[in-house]
Parts: sequence; structure tokens; C-alpha cells
Amino acid sequence: MTMAKLKVDGREIEVPDHYTLLQACEEAGAEVPRFCFHERLSIAGNCRMCLVEVKGGPPKPAASCAMGVRDLRPGPNGEAPEVFTTTPMVKKAREGVMEFLLINHPLDCPICDQGGECDLQDQAMAYGVDSSRYKENKRAVEDKYIGPLVKTIMTRCIHCTRCVRFTTEVAGISELGLVGRGEDAEITTYLEQAMTSELQGNVIDLCPVGALTSRPYAYQARPWELTKTETIDVMDAVGSAIRVDTRGREVMRIMPRINEAVNEEWISDKTRFVWDGLRTQRLDRPYVRRDGRLQPASWQEAFAAVKAKVDATDPSRIGAIAGDLSAVEEMWAMKRLMAELGSAHIDCRQDGSINHPADGRASYIFNSTIAGIEDADALLIVGANPRFEASVLNARIRKRWRLGNFPVGVIGQNSDLRFDYTYLGAGTDTLSNIEGASQGFFDALKNAERPMIIVGQGVLKGENGSAILSSVAALAREIGAVTEGWNGFNVLQTAASRVGGLDIGFVPGEGGKTAAEMASGGVDLLFSMGADEIEIGEGPFVVYMGTHGDRGAHRADVILPCGAYTEKSGTYVNLEGRAQVASRAAFPPGEAREDWAVIRALSAVVGHTLPFDSLLELRREIYEAHGFMRSDAIVAADADAITKLADRAGQLASMTFASPIEDFYLTNPIARASKVMAECSQLAQGTKLEAAE
Amino acid sequence: MLSDKDRIFTNIYGLRDKSLKAAMKRGHFDGTADIIGKGRDWIINEMKASGLRGRGGAGFPTGLKWSFMPKESDGRPHYLVVNADESEPGTCKDREIMRNDPFTLVEGCVIAGFAMGAHTAFIYIRGEYIREREALQRAVDECYEAGLLGRDNKCGWDFDIVVHHGAGAYICGEETALIESLEGKKGQPRLKPPFPANVGLYGCPSTVNNVESIAVAPTILRRGGGWFAGIGRQNNTGTKLFCVSGHVEQPCTVEEAMGISFRELIEKHCGGIRGGWDNLLAVIPGGSSVPLVPGADIIDTPMDFDGLRDIKTSLGTAAVIVMDKSTDIVKAIARISYFYKHESCGQCTPCREGTGWMWRVMERMAVGNAQKREIDMLLQVTKQVEGHTICALGDAAAWPIQGLVRHFRAEIERRIDEFSRDADADRPTLVAAE
Repeated sequence: MTMAKLKVDGREIEVPDHYTLLQACEEAGAEVPRFCFHERLSIAGNCRMCLVEVKGGPPKPAASCAMGVRDLRPGPNGEAPEVFTTTPMVKKAREGVMEFLLINHPLDCPICDQGGECDLQDQAMAYGVDSSRYKENKRAVEDKYIGPLVKTIMTRCIHCTRCVRFTTEVAGISELGLVGRGEDAEITTYLEQAMTSELQGNVIDLCPVGALTSRPYAYQARPWELTKTETIDVMDAVGSAIRVDTRGREVMRIMPRINEAVNEEWISDKTRFVWDGLRTQRLDRPYVRRDGRLQPASWQEAFAAVKAKVDATDPSRIGAIAGDLSAVEEMWAMKRLMAELGSAHIDCRQDGSINHPADGRASYIFNSTIAGIEDADALLIVGANPRFEASVLNARIRKRWRLGNFPVGVIGQNSDLRFDYTYLGAGTDTLSNIEGASQGFFDALKNAERPMIIVGQGVLKGENGSAILSSVAALAREIGAVTEGWNGFNVLQTAASRVGGLDIGFVPGEGGKTAAEMASGGVDLLFSMGADEIEIGEGPFVVYMGTHGDRGAHRADVILPCGAYTEKSGTYVNLEGRAQVASRAAFPPGEAREDWAVIRALSAVVGHTLPFDSLLELRREIYEAHGFMRSDAIVAADADAITKLADRAGQLASMTFASPIEDFYLTNPIARASKVMAECSQLAQGTKLEAAE
Repeated sequence: MLSDKDRIFTNIYGLRDKSLKAAMKRGHFDGTADIIGKGRDWIINEMKASGLRGRGGAGFPTGLKWSFMPKESDGRPHYLVVNADESEPGTCKDREIMRNDPFTLVEGCVIAGFAMGAHTAFIYIRGEYIREREALQRAVDECYEAGLLGRDNKCGWDFDIVVHHGAGAYICGEETALIESLEGKKGQPRLKPPFPANVGLYGCPSTVNNVESIAVAPTILRRGGGWFAGIGRQNNTGTKLFCVSGHVEQPCTVEEAMGISFRELIEKHCGGIRGGWDNLLAVIPGGSSVPLVPGADIIDTPMDFDGLRDIKTSLGTAAVIVMDKSTDIVKAIARISYFYKHESCGQCTPCREGTGWMWRVMERMAVGNAQKREIDMLLQVTKQVEGHTICALGDAAAWPIQGLVRHFRAEIERRIDEFSRDADADRPTLVAAE
């Protein structure tokens, strides 16, 4: 990287020569106001707020976001070029631009949801004048319907086009644009249809003013009255960094945090808008089934009912299934409890996945890492739809694809992934003969230095699952995807709890039964830790530990109310194998308690008291067994596992691949309790009905 | 006065035969292959020697502009783009070239294309110019048939010309907006740098030239840069098409030597000012975007880049708009403000918001419904727009108002006084209710 020297406000600094003046000024500690510039989007240079003075240039200010350090000319005797950010010329220019931005901007800050966290408001404090010289009528712009998530108050728009650039560049949809020209220019979805992106909520954060705000959050709270808790998302296995804003015990909204390694600064709409599901359908007290009906009970009554059943059941007929939202802590506690009771029937794979810790950690994690996608030079997707299974990760693939020279092939469903790809085929027949489907793509994959294969959860289950996993491993070996310093074998997990569960071995022990076997009557007493995605048949007595009155609760015989992911501190290992700790942002409702504490209390009731009295003691136990969970750094998995898998290659039965996600918006009990998610789902499925006016 | 033998455009009024054959008889396409045979450097040096300054308004030396193109191709093709989006109010020179003397342009494209290593020229014609496009397309087709264009043509330089029709937006006359529009995108100016000579049309090195700049090139090269440089004044050489409109007896487009005085231009070609010289109020000498000057200031000014710069205006496209004393000068400038408000692309803040503001204030000033302090405020607003925008449309919107305030402040103030005086003249006399 070549460096360039320049002087900013008299301070000499050295910066990489691909920097823009704006970045260089920031590096020198000079603050440059901006509206349209955003680090992760292309440069528009249209707000003109970041004007600076360049010495020796034309006698007018230059837009610092659009000018490269490289474009600066040195002085006549080779002096470093000089830039000024505080001269009267700059100040006047910025005040002028600010005045223009404000003349047609409504003075409705008191009723604007952006108030208090508005770039325009903040910068008007620095560059605005106290009164307006504009005596004409202000422009009014009609609000546009752009979907159930993003509310528009278009009069406030300052035409920075960040939203247009985000949807086009990052989300990969061309559904938002600027129509009209001059002062009649408006941002719209052209035909006023809802945007179809799963990442559209991010335009709310990008909008520097209150033109695009969160529709569900509208008029709910003010930013300064919210308590902000930094935590981790569990809607998918990506483990996006989020900030949960609460007022009292209610979650008011969810925002992304920057984590370059995982989600950059984007989150999916499910992550962002699921919070209304945290308020409805909640289990806020224990229930016990009496006379065929679930009836409210006290904790003592509920525990007594469980104890009676445990005492009456042979240990070999007791089992536990962990759901998709369980943290490592409660799975660990449950595993310990089941061991104490003498049962080997535990499973964290309610979808019937064949991922197993015995195959080695590399066989079930995303070995390339999410940031590693940017280093890859070819990609094969097998039976996965990353757009729905991990939307943020899909944006990363698109980011890499946009840079070019990135052939992508897909075996599975032929659907819009927001980037172009070679469609190879629908199932196993193609997998065993990629050359036949496209020799060109196969050669590209083979010749790539760092090829990637992503295999989805949809194909890794049932009898054929193991064979598919093995043949993908064999393919990875064949194309050289696993080398020194590069592991291109990736499993795309969809459940937040899964990698953690596999890591601690929450799978059937010796002679143990799988989730499907337990659910179909293989046990008489079943502990369900929020396992809502599995149909539990007639037979077992079900103790449901969960948060929502969803499928699992309906089937339950005893309900022990627990905390949702925002209501407990828990470790989640994301699909890359990155252990991240989610923090408690609010308390569980009513009598509900944190999961690990419920299990600990239950253990005492059934006479097998677990040896930890606090979360810290519990964690110490986990850390002793799995030291990597202490930090959020990724420990590369041993790639030998893939070689072993490849050697095992079995008989592939013919089948077509399908993604496990049928409805992106309704994948877990929290999302199913959310009104917003329901509306999004109806829109996406085309089943939203509206009465004619 | 320019003698007939020195005229480049021999059929600018379309009075003679417009066919290729006739044009060749008049000397066009004479020895094109020889000119090309002399090589790139010779052509560019000769263009530099001629002192030709771009005819699109900014007056950038054409030879220098051509020399900015990379000497060797790095694998990307080079493009010549001809800006025929002649939308500046008052300007009507390129249309005469295209409909009556199109072969000057076609031949110029081949030579200019050769000089910059381009094998393709795109001519972007203004949306409203339907007949002009037809005439130009006919000329291009004739040249293809005659073997003067296309592969292995008689000129000795493989060359294609694509005539592209715009959709009628003023901003598409800005070179980078034109390139965007040509690429099929929304016509909004690009950020510079990079300049088109590095990253232009489809990301390839491109040069955007005005129609007239290209059309005069063949004759310059045939007769030598020295001939062209010998006409006019130092730094302001050659001949130029002047488009005189407004309150003259005979509005016309005429080719004249640069540096001709305003008086001579009007007397010789336009039959004088309507109502005589005493009736002259103001002149906008270079298309609607340049500041106006009062008649008295311009009468003996040489009509060229430097001469007009000295009286704080500009030659622009040499679209001379003459206004006599019947003109409502404030209203006229308000109308120009409306034009720029209407044509602003809306991309960057100062222009998008400023043009509307300026127009609204101008409309009030036209009737006097304003405060005198608003005149200075208006002037300040124009300064806030000028030089702060991505392209020059902001400047173009600001200058006419600055010119008006500079020279006609008294008139604006008079109207304000009058308006306040008459403010309640038509109000009914109040009568107490019974």
C-alpha cells in the first residue's frame, strides 16, 4: 500500500493513497460533516456538506468525500498538499449547504421519530443559523408506501440517496430509486410496492433524517429514554451483533451493532422487527395439564408434577430435546441433569440433521468464516438458500460477487439469490456429476485458489444426509478446497443453538435416541427446551420449557416459563464456531425465569442437585470443558475431519434438494408471535388480502 | 467583417444543395486521407496552433483537450462523443450545422476520432431536434454509402458514427451527464475527477466536444492552423457562429470573426436594434446562463472570450440575446431562473434547493412584492449556489441573477417601492357596520 503525505489544517499526516480527503481529514482528527457519504456504499457526493478547502486548487471548496488523496497536487516546490477544514470559506460553504437543506425540511422535530438521533438535527446545531431567511412556501412531498417495515415521511427527505445505493448495491434489489428531477425529485419504489429485500430495514439506520423510519416503532419511544444493551441475535445462526433498546421491561426496538467479522453493520428484517413478538403469546407462569386442559399453576405445583413423573418413569424412557434458540448454558445444564438421571436420550437437532460432533468440528461449521467469503474466488452452493437461511451472510456473498471474478454455482432450488450464478441442477444427480452440468463452472471451481462450498441444512438430514455430506467433502477434496491456510468446506447452519449444542455434545449418547425417535414415542417423559419445530406424537409426557404459546406449548403437559434471548445471559456459538455471549436486556415476564435457573431448581426437586448455584459457576464448568467459549475468537477446526468424511463416501440415493426455510419470516416461536412478521410473511407469500375501498 | 472566402460553413442557411456530392464540391472531404496521413501529432499541434477554443461555452482549448487522451490504448477503446444537446436558451448554431451543413461535422468526427485514437463517435442530439437528427442521420448514411465511413473507408481510418437521440433534458448537455444518459442511465452529472479523458463513456477514455468545435476542425487542418489563428484577436482566434435573437430587426445565425464589435455584428447582419440604438436596454451575450450587461456597456466591446470577460460576462455559446426597452428585464431574468429550476437534475443540494428558492424570490421581485434587503439576500443565495455544486448548472442559475442585481438594482428597488405604494390602492374603503 503506497502512502501519501498531506497536511490537514496544518497537521501533516500520512495516509494510504486510496483514501478520500474525508477519510484523511478524519485520520487527522478533523471532523467533517456528511449526509450522503457512507463507508460501505458507493460515493455520491451529492449532499455537498463535506466541503473542504484545497490549497492551490480552484477558488472554490471541494467535496472531500469524492476527492481522492491521490488527486491532490503537491505545491510548487514539492510541498505536501494542504487541506483546510476550518477556514471561513469552508464554514461559509457548509452553512450555505445547511441552509439549503433546511429550507424545505419541515420543522417537525418534536413529532419526528428520528429526533434525538438525527444527523441533520446534530449538524444543524453546528452549522445552522438561528432563523430562516426562506419566506416562500415549503415543499411538501407525498408519503410513499414502501412496505410494512419502513415508514416514509418524504417531506423530510434530503435526497442523499443512501437508501437507493444500499438497496441497489448491498441488498441487490432495484426497487428503490429517485424519480423526477430538481426540487421535484422524490425517493420512491416507483409503483409504491413493498420492497422485497430481507435487509430493507437497514435503510432506516442509513437515512440521516426522519424520512425513512421504522413503521412498527413509530411514535413508541424517544431514543434518550431507552436503555441500550449490546447483545447477539438468535434469529439465524449468523449471530449478528445487535443492540436491544428497552424501556422498562419492554423491548422497544432492535438495532445493529458493527461487527466487521460477522454482520458488518447490517441485520436482517427478522432480527430487527421481531421484537413485537417478544410481547405477545408469552408464557408468564407455569401451567399444568389437568383434566385434559392446561391450567395455571404455581412453580411448586409444576415442579411437583414433573417430579412425580420423573419418579414414575424408568430413566431409559426419559429424554430431552433442545430447540433452536437455546443457549449453551441451559443445554449444558440439561445435559448434566439427564446424565444424573441416567438417560442418554438428548438431542439438539430437532430438524433431524445428521451433523454430529463425532465427525469432527470441521464437519458442521462454516470453516471459511463469514469474513473469509471476501477472500474466496469461487463458490458452490449445495442445497442451501443463503438469502433466507442467513440473509446477512448472503449480503457478504453478494459483496464478494460485486467485486467480480467470482463464479458461483448452485445445486438446489433455482431462486433469486440477489447475485448471478450458474444453475447446475436440482439434486444429487448433479452433485455427483458437476462436470456434466457445466464443464466451465467445474473448471473454474477446480482452478480457483480458494474455492468455497456451502452445504445447507436442508440436505443434511435423513438417510441420504450422511452420504451427501460425505460426497460434498469428497468434492471439496477433489477441487482442492481444503488446503494449508484455507478451508473452503462450509455447512450453513440455520439454528442459533446448533453449533453450541453440537460443541458440548448435546446429541444422543450410547444407545440414545434421536429427536425424531423421542418425539414419535421413544420416551415416556420428554423435556422440550423450546423445541417448537418438531411434531411430538402421542405418548410422551412433555415438560415444555419455553417462552411462547407456540406448537410446543400446546402439546405440553407441564409448562415451565423461561426467558427469551433478550431476557437472559447466554452463550451462542454462531455458524462459524464463534462463541458470543448475549446479554440480558430485560427481565422475563411474570413468573418466568432464566432457563438455566429453572433446570437448576428442577434438579434439586428431582433429587439430583446440579453443582452450580450461579451462572458464573455454570460457565466455569463449561469453560473447563470447552475453553474456546471463553472468547469470541474463532478457533480453526481440524481439517482432517473433512478428509475422513470424504473417505467415508457412501451410496447417494437420488433426491432433489430443498431449503429448510419455508417461510423466512416465521422460523421460530418469537417470529410466529409477531404481528409484523406475520404481515411480512403474507406479503412475501402473496396471501395478504385487503378489502377494496 | 469576415470575407466569404474565410467562411467555414458554406451552406449554413441551407440555400444550396445539401447532398454529399454538393458538399464535396464545396470542398468538404477534400484530402481527408492526406490530413490523416500526416499523423496524430501533426493534427493536434495544428489544432493547438489554430488557437481554437471550445465552442460549447467554457472556451477550453480544443487541441489541448484532444491531447489529454492517452497516446496508447491500454486495451480499452477510445470514444469521441459529440455534444449536440444544444439546449442553452438562445443558442441555435449547432442545429444549423446539423441540418444544413452536416458533412462538416461528419468529416470533423473522422479527423478528431483519428487524433484521439477513437474508432467510434457518438453524436448525442437534443431530444427536441427531430429534423436535425434526420438530416444528420441522412448525411451519415450517405457517407457510409460513399465509403467515407465504416471499415476500410476512403479516409484511411476505420470509423463509425452513431447518432443518438436524447430525451430533451438540458442537463444532458453537461458532458458527464451526457455520458450517463448515453449509457442509458439517468442524466445526472458525474463527480470529477476522474475526468472523461481517463474514465468516460462505458469507463473508457472519451472526449466530449461541441458540434461546432468538431465541425470547424477539417477546414482548419486543410487551410492550416495559422490561417485560423490569423482571424480575430490573440487568444480569441478564428470564426464563430453567432446566434443573434431578440429585439433586432433581423435575428439570425451568422458566421463572423471572433472579436467583431457588438455594434458591427448588429449593424451588418441584423439590421440594427429595433427602434434604434437608443432603444437598447441590455444584452445577454452568450446564452441564458451568462450575466446580462446593459446596452451601453457592450456596444463597442469585441465579441470574444476575453473582451466579454472584461465587462464581467462571458461569450458562452455566442447566443446574443438583445433586449430593447420594452423588455421587463426583471421578469425576463425570473423566467430564466424558472428554466434553471425546472432543469436542475436534483442530484446535489445547493442547486436542487437553491434554484427553486431563487426563482421564487425573482418572481416576487418581478412584481415588486419583496423587501429591499431581500435583494442582498438573493445575491448571497446565488453565491451559496455558485461553485458548490457537482456541475456548472448551479453557476448557470446564479449568474443571470448576479448580472441583474449588478446592473439593474435600481429597477428592482423601484418596483418594490411602487408595490408598497400601491399595496392598498385597490382595497375597498372600510365602512363601519351599523
